[in-house]
Amino acid sequence: MTQNILEMRSITKTFPGVKALSDVTLEVARGEVHAICGENGAGKSTLMKVLSGVYPHGTYEGDIVFENETVEFRDIRDSEAKGIVIIHQELALSPYLSIAENIFLNNEVKGPLGLIDWNRTNQEAKKLLARVGLDEDPVTRILDIGVGKQQLVEIAKALSKEVKLLILDEPTAALNDSDSDHLLDLILHLKGQGITSIIISHKLNEIKKIADSVTVIRDGKTIETIQHKDVSEDRIIKGMVGRDLEHRYPDHTPHIGEEVLRVEKWTAHHPQDSSRVMVDNVDLTVHAGEIVGIAGLMGAGRTEFAMSLFGHSYGSRISGKVFKRGKEIKTRTVDEAIQNGIAYATEDRKMYGLNLIEDIKRNISMASLRKLVSFGLVNDNEEYKVANEYRQSMNIKSPTVLQRTGQLSGGNQQKVVLSKWIYSDPEVLILDEPTRGIDVGAKYEIYTIINRLASEGKAIIVISSELPELLGICDRIYALSEGRITGQMPVADATPEALLKLMTLEKQR
Amino acid sequence: MSDTATKAPAPSSGIKLPSTLSHIVGDLGKNGIFLALIAVVVLFSITTNGILLRPQNISNLIVQNGYILILAIGMVLVIVAGHIDLSVGSIAAFIGAFSGVLIRDAGFPWWLAIIGALVIGAVVGAWQGFWIAYVGIPAFIVTLAGMLIFRGLALITLGNSNIGSFPEEYRALGNGFISFAGPDAAIDFFTLAVGGLAIIALIVQQVRTRNGRKKYGQAVDPTVWFVAKMAFVTVGVGAFTYALASFKGIPVTLIVLAVLVMIYGIVANRTVFGRHIYAIGGNRHAAELSGVKTRSVDFWLFVNMGILAALAGLVFTARLNLAGPKAGDGFELEAISAAFIGGAAVQGGIGTISGAIIGGLIIGVLNNGMSIMGIGIEWQQAVKGLVLLLAVAFDVYNKRRAGGGSGR
Repeated sequence: MTQNILEMRSITKTFPGVKALSDVTLEVARGEVHAICGENGAGKSTLMKVLSGVYPHGTYEGDIVFENETVEFRDIRDSEAKGIVIIHQELALSPYLSIAENIFLNNEVKGPLGLIDWNRTNQEAKKLLARVGLDEDPVTRILDIGVGKQQLVEIAKALSKEVKLLILDEPTAALNDSDSDHLLDLILHLKGQGITSIIISHKLNEIKKIADSVTVIRDGKTIETIQHKDVSEDRIIKGMVGRDLEHRYPDHTPHIGEEVLRVEKWTAHHPQDSSRVMVDNVDLTVHAGEIVGIAGLMGAGRTEFAMSLFGHSYGSRISGKVFKRGKEIKTRTVDEAIQNGIAYATEDRKMYGLNLIEDIKRNISMASLRKLVSFGLVNDNEEYKVANEYRQSMNIKSPTVLQRTGQLSGGNQQKVVLSKWIYSDPEVLILDEPTRGIDVGAKYEIYTIINRLASEGKAIIVISSELPELLGICDRIYALSEGRITGQMPVADATPEALLKLMTLEKQR
Repeated sequence: MSDTATKAPAPSSGIKLPSTLSHIVGDLGKNGIFLALIAVVVLFSITTNGILLRPQNISNLIVQNGYILILAIGMVLVIVAGHIDLSVGSIAAFIGAFSGVLIRDAGFPWWLAIIGALVIGAVVGAWQGFWIAYVGIPAFIVTLAGMLIFRGLALITLGNSNIGSFPEEYRALGNGFISFAGPDAAIDFFTLAVGGLAIIALIVQQVRTRNGRKKYGQAVDPTVWFVAKMAFVTVGVGAFTYALASFKGIPVTLIVLAVLVMIYGIVANRTVFGRHIYAIGGNRHAAELSGVKTRSVDFWLFVNMGILAALAGLVFTARLNLAGPKAGDGFELEAISAAFIGGAAVQGGIGTISGAIIGGLIIGVLNNGMSIMGIGIEWQQAVKGLVLLLAVAFDVYNKRRAGGGSGR
């Protein structure tokens, strides 16, 4: 069938002072998987919010034709009634309710008296879980299952609403590789059952794998729609950034100096269950000017290692030694770690990295306020000046440093986080997933910044779940599995296969 | 290459106005709470046939609300950090009673009694701070318990009676005036002089801030608007001073308040401790991972609240010249209302000292205006509740419309 299930015609959406979408057209054929690509802030999410009724009819210009009928959604319930279901990046599940309760939230299975029929609820939930390939008891609480399974619950919930068009916003952003693969297979499986999907994703290899066609959006405009046979990463990237990206990773010639950080026998236990070893006798060194990668699957203890090292921010019963330039240092509190020249940029900048209701200026100064104090008072003019310098040198895109960080795109938020830590003048920078959830162009900028820091003689540790990224920017890579270092190799010798082998090396029991 | 540069929000867009005018409109929008105070004052000046603005009443307004405003200063900081304090009224009662015992039974001189009372306030605050910061019990629970504990201690201290008749120096805290004019003089020139100095100091400070910002290339108010604002401040403070001068002079309570507002304004905005309060309220995890010692900040925040609650208790006791079992009843709710009417966010992270003071003044003018009009206490309660609700609703609406808004 070549018939379109959805046509969005000339959609224009304006916010005060900003044209978020201008004349965007999107055509989705019935039964296909349609990918939407674009950088953060390009307008993908806005377009989907227009489609799902989050922005009601009348707040935008243009027409939406769904199943050959012009539709005017007043809210998200209207669009769901027509069979359009959107699954947001941040999952909308209630952690303390069961899987079944979440699936039928606001769509409860009721008995004759209007009371909830729990037997049927759980029974129906079981059937839906089978359809998404999730083998869990429907009465399990959401917080007891992993994020990958939660994603499947969201899809089961969509299926319960008799979805015709499923919209997934960055569905695999928080998933590990095997969960991602399972999810992608499921999307293809649902396609076989006649469900059309729109998938918003940054991961170009994923798109290539499952999408029948790809629409590229840039600066609130449709650039082109590419059919599957013509899809290539280069073409998508070119469309997204408006130029060729010859190299995904900037060139970097390492000038490696003396050893800056050495960690010996670093061990940390689970914060609640102190018998569980999460970081197991880790030995690691970083030199001045060196970019060291830590590769590991989800749950391997990458973040746990970094956070336990950084002021014992994670874990219990922490032991091991840290040496800086040969001298033993302590990092028992974050403040102590910062004083000793260590910085840690978190993987979850919204939860742990930024004060989103505060402006850029105050976020940048947060970790080093003492530097701005004269006569006991914070010099806010100096603070403004410093922040402005970082805004320029880091290319943070905002009119002034007085803008709230919550209003920035992911890439710009990350630049604020990096500015904060660079301003604290560290010798060792630990960057945990420095490019998670940010777009291709901004990634390149972040890599350039990392290179610049290395060439200034900083010792850098990069934690990433994307192997090509580690291979692209690091000088040396450690592999971590079950909390242990299972090997290390200079990047020249490293291949994804070799690393994966080390990353999946299990403990001998 | 993200495209956010094109999203540069232009606050003036949509409405075609000359930039100065649009700046003024934006500025007024940000200071809506101040306009609300003016509106309330104007409203009650009319409904009370001008009685509200009589010198004696203006003086009374300050003295009657002084202790609430003192509490509001501490409360807004507690709220900014994401906590609440329900115990301040009981602490005030306990400390008032305690100071009475120190003077009556222990024979302390007035000044030592005041110092002793403040120290006990700090100890009470440390007690609550310990449970909140180091044991991790929510402030709501700890201070709810404190509300009962310290009310109980107040009753125990008083032993079923009132303590009355305090030394004159102590009473001055709530009732005293500083004036050098004789009782027959129509106007106190000393008060006028202090008012004049205050105006000059304010303007000098504002001009210096403005020049400093300009030097660093920051946006400042257009000159016309800045001058207009300064003129308004001059007229406002001038009229206020004139009213005080033609009554009894400067209330001691006002001096206490002015000093506190100045100190805490600086603490909130210009000290590392103050910045850390906002950082914790905005995102506790991020603050922790930026090296902020969140527990220590929480602890000292409640120590500070204990001291201010003690001070409010002293001022109230001094004003009534009586430490009684019902003292401080409901103070916590008025202080919390003041902070929220003044724009503090329920989730924490947002709130200002000046906002809390204005919020407290709005409540004070409502109380005072309605009393003059002869409206019963039952209606006063209902109206105040409604005002709190509407003020916060307006704030929420405003923020939603601004799509997150921009800075404080």
